[in-house]
Amino acid sequence: MRGFIGRRPILSGIIAFVALLLVLESFPVIPETKQAVVVRFGKPVRIYNQYKAGRPIGAAGAGINWRIPFAEQLVWIDKRVQDVDMQRQQVISTDQRRLEVDAFARYRIVNPTLMYVRAGTEQQLTDQLRPILGSEVRNELGRIEFASLLTPERQGIMDSVRTSLNRIARQYGVEVLDVRIKRTDLPDGAPLSSAFDRMRTAREQEARSIRAQGAKQAQIIRAEADAEAARTYAASFGKDPDFYDFYRAMQSYQQTFIGDGQEKVAGTTIVLSPQNDYLKEFSGRGGPK
Amino acid sequence: MSIHLGWGSRVRGLFADTKGPWGSGSGDGGSEPPSDDGQSSGPWGDTPRRRRSAIGKGPNVSTLDEFLRRSRARFGRGRGGGLPGRPDRSLVLWALLGFLLIWLVFTSTHSISPGESGVVTTFGRYSRTLTSGVSFTLPSPIERVKKVDVQTIRSIDMGSAGSDDLMLTGDQNLLDLAYSVRWNIRSPELFLYQLSQPEETIREVAESAMRAVVSQVTLNDAMGDRRAEIESQVAQNMQRILDSYHSGIQVQGIAIKQADPPDAVNDAFKQVTAAQQDAQTYINNANAYSLQLRQKAQGEATAFEKVYEQYKLAPEVTRRRMYYETMEQVLSKVDKTIVEVPGVTPYLPLPEVKKQQQERQQ
Repeated sequence: MRGFIGRRPILSGIIAFVALLLVLESFPVIPETKQAVVVRFGKPVRIYNQYKAGRPIGAAGAGINWRIPFAEQLVWIDKRVQDVDMQRQQVISTDQRRLEVDAFARYRIVNPTLMYVRAGTEQQLTDQLRPILGSEVRNELGRIEFASLLTPERQGIMDSVRTSLNRIARQYGVEVLDVRIKRTDLPDGAPLSSAFDRMRTAREQEARSIRAQGAKQAQIIRAEADAEAARTYAASFGKDPDFYDFYRAMQSYQQTFIGDGQEKVAGTTIVLSPQNDYLKEFSGRGGPK
Repeated sequence: MSIHLGWGSRVRGLFADTKGPWGSGSGDGGSEPPSDDGQSSGPWGDTPRRRRSAIGKGPNVSTLDEFLRRSRARFGRGRGGGLPGRPDRSLVLWALLGFLLIWLVFTSTHSISPGESGVVTTFGRYSRTLTSGVSFTLPSPIERVKKVDVQTIRSIDMGSAGSDDLMLTGDQNLLDLAYSVRWNIRSPELFLYQLSQPEETIREVAESAMRAVVSQVTLNDAMGDRRAEIESQVAQNMQRILDSYHSGIQVQGIAIKQADPPDAVNDAFKQVTAAQQDAQTYINNANAYSLQLRQKAQGEATAFEKVYEQYKLAPEVTRRRMYYETMEQVLSKVDKTIVEVPGVTPYLPLPEVKKQQQERQQ
């Protein structure tokens, strides 16, 4: 061996190089993230590292595998969960309301051979799944009312979208894990501005009602105070109504004719008759009484 | 082993040569001519020495013809080149051996810092996960280690302030929401191998979960006291969805940074606040009135009772006394006219009286 290398170094170098190439070609390294379909002259013959539900990572499949060099080609297909995004589109609900919906689906290629045969590349797969997702979402949402989109029911809707999408996706060797509505928006223009109007008027209504309630409460508080004052007065003055009458009259005279000393009271002229009680002593004792 | 090493160097030499004619940059004017200086050195001689000798040789003609001619000459001569017994042959071997040793040491010991995990793959297949500390693996082409930071909590901001990113609430109102998602990697091997775009997935799942939760609460709840509840519910939902993908991601929490009505209707919302203030003002005023009135009533009632107590002791006298006192006070301050004659309708010169008053006032 050594002698041969010594004698034919170039030839042995070439042989070594070719051998290395052969080894590399024959024993491809499959990473964890990929599945590989082995295609022999255009015909898929076997799969390396195929996804199986429940199999732990690193169990088998990935790593060094073999192939017939040059005759068999590897087609790499992602093993991980991937996503397809729906184009934003308008959906009309049964009550004729428009809604802009954005959804996404997560899928995994579980049958790489089928996927390779039916779709070719991953890009083509996404391109085919996207419109299907869009139409399924539109179909399902078109069957329900606008309001139920905003309820827990919506998860049920998504499940049925997933089921029907799955039925189609299975033909491509794809399993759909999950379909979710990302956003449901009102379309720009009339629907959005009318929603704003509704919100605005609702707030104005709320503002008015708050003010009215405040006023109502204020009125009740005042009335209660009035009532309590009346009760207090009655309890106290009721002890001797006759004296109260006199007492209050005296206070009233002072108030009316003199004031409380702070405000100037308009000048008053009083015309008194001698019969007035105050003047009864004016005509001397024994006068009219 | 030595055979392999020899091959290695040979292959390297071959590659180094083929670069020559195409002038790939290697430091000396862009052309690296193969050695053809007639010495006994074989074509597979060590590369560095040849390079050194090449530097001094001046400009080289790097055409394809030249290369072919030289190659032919070299290949023809190659037969005579004896590999063993070359003076620096062992030196090359030692250098390669040293390089290999360093390679082995560097690619088989791994120091994983705290908060990191090392995911080990054997020829691409996942084999194990290393925890922090120093660990050993097989050298590089066989086993590879990818370090993943599992401790750091990352944050993704969703929906920015002032953007037109509106959400529909359960009562069909619109809400301008900004929030952030904090997450870290729980199991690095799942994180690496299960999702093709982990960060994008988190974004979409967060958006979906947040919108689903917000669509089930009212606008006031979302803006007000149920925020914390929404945050925890979204975090739970996200975790559930991400777990269903076996993503290896742990959602640490959601923080709602801003939950406002859209700009277009913000004024109306401010009016509500103003109305609340107004209503409070009304109530405060009424309370003040109430307090005042009650105090006044109590004061008056107490005053009356005090007087009444005294009055009861001597009713007639007290009554007259009070009467006279009041009359005194009243009549002393007013103009008085006493009409003495009964049966005569008195003529009251009211303008006269007024004039008198005005005079008095001046």
